[in-house]
Amino acid sequence: MVWGLLFHPQSPETEAIASLLADVLVLSAAVFSLVAALVVASLVRPRRARGEPEGRRILDAKAARARIEAIWTCVTVIVLGGLFLLTVRAMAKIDAPLEPGTAPDLVVTGHQWWWEAQYPNGVVTTGEIHIPAGHRLLVRIDSADVIHDFWVPQLARKMDAVPGLDGYIWLEANKPGRYQGMCSEFCGAQHAWMHFVIIADSEADFSSWLKSQAQPATQPSGSAASEGARLFLEKKCGDCHAIAGTAAKGGNGPDLTHVLSREFLGAGIARNTPETVALWLTNPQAAKPGNRMPDPHLSDAEASALAAYLGTLK
Amino acid sequence: MSVGNWITRVDHKHVGLFYILSALAFFLVGGMEAMALRAQLAMPNLKLLTPDQYNQIFTMHGTTMIFLVVTPVLIGFGIYLVPLMIGASEMVFPRLNALSFWLQLAGGLLLYLSFATGQAPAAGWFSYAPLSEKPFSPGKGSDYWAFALLLISAAMIIAAINLAVTVATARAPGMTMRRVPLFVWMTFVNSLMIVFALPVLDASLVMLLADRLLHARFFDAAHGGSPLLWQHYFWIFGHPQVYIMILPAFGMISEIIPVFSRNAIFGYTSAALSTVAIAFLSYGVWVHHMFAVALGTTFISVFAAASMLIAVPTGVKIFNWAATMLGGSLRLTTSMLFAVAFLLEFTIGGLSGVAFATVPVDWELTDTYFVVAHIHYVLFGGTIFALFAATYYWFPKMTGRMLDEKLGRLHFWLVVIGFNGTFFVHHILGLLGMPRRIYTYGDIPWWGPLNLISTVSAAVLVLGILLFCTNLVVSLQLGAVSGDDPWDAWTLEWAASSPPARNNFAEIPVVRSRRPLWDLKHPDAADWLLEETPVQGGD
Ligand code: HEC
Ligand SMILES: [Cu+2]
Repeated sequence: MVWGLLFHPQSPETEAIASLLADVLVLSAAVFSLVAALVVASLVRPRRARGEPEGRRILDAKAARARIEAIWTCVTVIVLGGLFLLTVRAMAKIDAPLEPGTAPDLVVTGHQWWWEAQYPNGVVTTGEIHIPAGHRLLVRIDSADVIHDFWVPQLARKMDAVPGLDGYIWLEANKPGRYQGMCSEFCGAQHAWMHFVIIADSEADFSSWLKSQAQPATQPSGSAASEGARLFLEKKCGDCHAIAGTAAKGGNGPDLTHVLSREFLGAGIARNTPETVALWLTNPQAAKPGNRMPDPHLSDAEASALAAYLGTLK
Repeated sequence: MSVGNWITRVDHKHVGLFYILSALAFFLVGGMEAMALRAQLAMPNLKLLTPDQYNQIFTMHGTTMIFLVVTPVLIGFGIYLVPLMIGASEMVFPRLNALSFWLQLAGGLLLYLSFATGQAPAAGWFSYAPLSEKPFSPGKGSDYWAFALLLISAAMIIAAINLAVTVATARAPGMTMRRVPLFVWMTFVNSLMIVFALPVLDASLVMLLADRLLHARFFDAAHGGSPLLWQHYFWIFGHPQVYIMILPAFGMISEIIPVFSRNAIFGYTSAALSTVAIAFLSYGVWVHHMFAVALGTTFISVFAAASMLIAVPTGVKIFNWAATMLGGSLRLTTSMLFAVAFLLEFTIGGLSGVAFATVPVDWELTDTYFVVAHIHYVLFGGTIFALFAATYYWFPKMTGRMLDEKLGRLHFWLVVIGFNGTFFVHHILGLLGMPRRIYTYGDIPWWGPLNLISTVSAAVLVLGILLFCTNLVVSLQLGAVSGDDPWDAWTLEWAASSPPARNNFAEIPVVRSRRPLWDLKHPDAADWLLEETPVQGGD
């Protein structure tokens, strides 16, 4: 997976950005070369012969000077005018207007320090957001706490997630693939690990994913897992985490209904493996320093029961 | 000298030097902070700093460099030079002048005192609400930050009023506003900008403190406040502030390039007027810091147009300097080398600025390392380079001794290589998607090597700066004695002794043109002879 946009735009919107960016870079290189050429020319100019009265040259040529200044200014204005037209055109393409009252296809909410995505059918997922490739989705960007910024360099413009202000963007991937995203507005201790992935699926894959995510959590079988399910509520995990089909309905932490189906924990800081889950349960502050999950103070037995339970949440 | 003796100094030259020296001290502190940040980022997944430490240090680095280094050092040069350049014996309000410095220093110390509470500010130098609000920044750091900035802004406003009044009322006979050196012009405009911009910062700081300490709700969306209120207020101050940190540097360059090109500035009037244009425009572009907020495309494109417009007067300046050099014959002193490098580095910073005015590019690159590159090309490649040029240029006037040119050249090359090595790669990192202000990153193609290049180059840069400090100390003792006018320059400060006497001038030379000392040295070819003949006259 290549990060960043410049060489790999993967949607019509970012293609527009990339081509404008290329124009700007070429223009900048040209202007810089011009200034550098002037500097070099003045460096290599032969030093004036001794005795020649110094320091008078420019004072003498007022009319010529005014003309040169006017030309220079006009050229800058014209070039910038052209750039402005290109800018407005690209903006219209990227932020295509929407019908008033259009409902979003996806609502993404930034939390310190993880991303939640909500689908119209009620499915909620964290950090690994599936979309159907080739469809342009309207995404609403919200924040639950401080200002974050939703950014998938290859697929879409940035949009700040500001509390109390809905931002809308178009999100689209030309073809199936995994596209890295990250929070791009400083948002506190773990701003660095507020990653997410957009997973663009074929239509069939997307609908089967959506269907499986819509299932409530599987009822735990086996004594350890059942004990874990009981502990989950007893230890107040449910105050922060939701697990569909159980009494756990908290919204301050990631929805764990299908936590096993995800590749990463802690918004990208670690892969989702039995070991990292165990660390997350016994010492969340070591797993992700400063994160908003307090140490639950579990005994080893409780931790392994909870881990067994989480291990059933496919 | 006893402490009491120091505190009661009101001579503008002492106050100016206090400003400059305290800024230098904070520059070293801010530089050490920067090195800590670069060390932590040298490779993926390093753990030299905890996330919380990293966030405190980058916040302190930005706040220090902006409020304790760049802004005050430019004010300090203004306080030192403006009276000399306009042929005055002192600032108009000498005691206020001293007060402004001590307030500034108190602000700096208060900011650093926050470390003693165990929690320095950690919300970034623009401290966006609601992150800076109590629930998300419970430590005392943000309170210290806000109070320190209130002190500093009071200092800035006092100094600015003083400078503006001095320029307006204390000019020597014959020194009309059409004849003052461009550094004076730009300091004058700068002072007016400070007077209009800083109160807006004060208002936002007071709102923040009210929220934090008095349970107000200015920025709390859940209770009818708005986080965007902070952004609008802060950037209405913040964008003019960006120019407050560069205009006097433009002024310095406008003094130095002509002298070392042996040529009067090309287009004095357009250089002065473009400054005024920049000042006006800078109040109408603040939203370009907020393009990634959902503000609506029409609204945003107005600010995009205004932001692009600023490139016009800035381009005029670049052209003025380049044309002055082109028409002259250069003397490549260390001071001039830095001035020439300024021209190139600042052009790069200006061009990346235009890139950000191109809204969709901003939608991609804002808050990435591309911004980090941009601000450092403008503030370091721009202002700090100009300050190095200015130090080599005016050190003889301030101390009576020359800075060593051999050390100077070494300093120059280390800084040029270190600076570009550190910051040029940040453009590429931004294009590769690296967000700014992250305390670490995973193993992502190219990020590791590019960050390593940046960190190693930063060490070279630090070496260059240490060499500069060595040069200051050594030359102060052993430097060649400079005499009053070592550069064969044209403005009035060179008519005073080096260092100037308490009242600056025994006798003020007659001012009949923009280059009174040229006139004095070349009575047959004096500028005023030309200026008084309209056909060929100056502008
Ligand atoms: C005060 C709220 C809170 C409580 C109580 C809490 N958590 Fe968490 N939990 C969080 C937050 C917030 C995160 C996400 C942290 C991050 O990524 O920055 C999280 C993350 C997790 C994760 C990783 C999920 C992922 O996708 O990254 C697991 C697993 C988890 N919690 C399990 C538990 C268990 C089990 C309990 C009860 C013992 C519990 N949590 C109690 C807030 C809480
Ligand atoms: Cu964030």
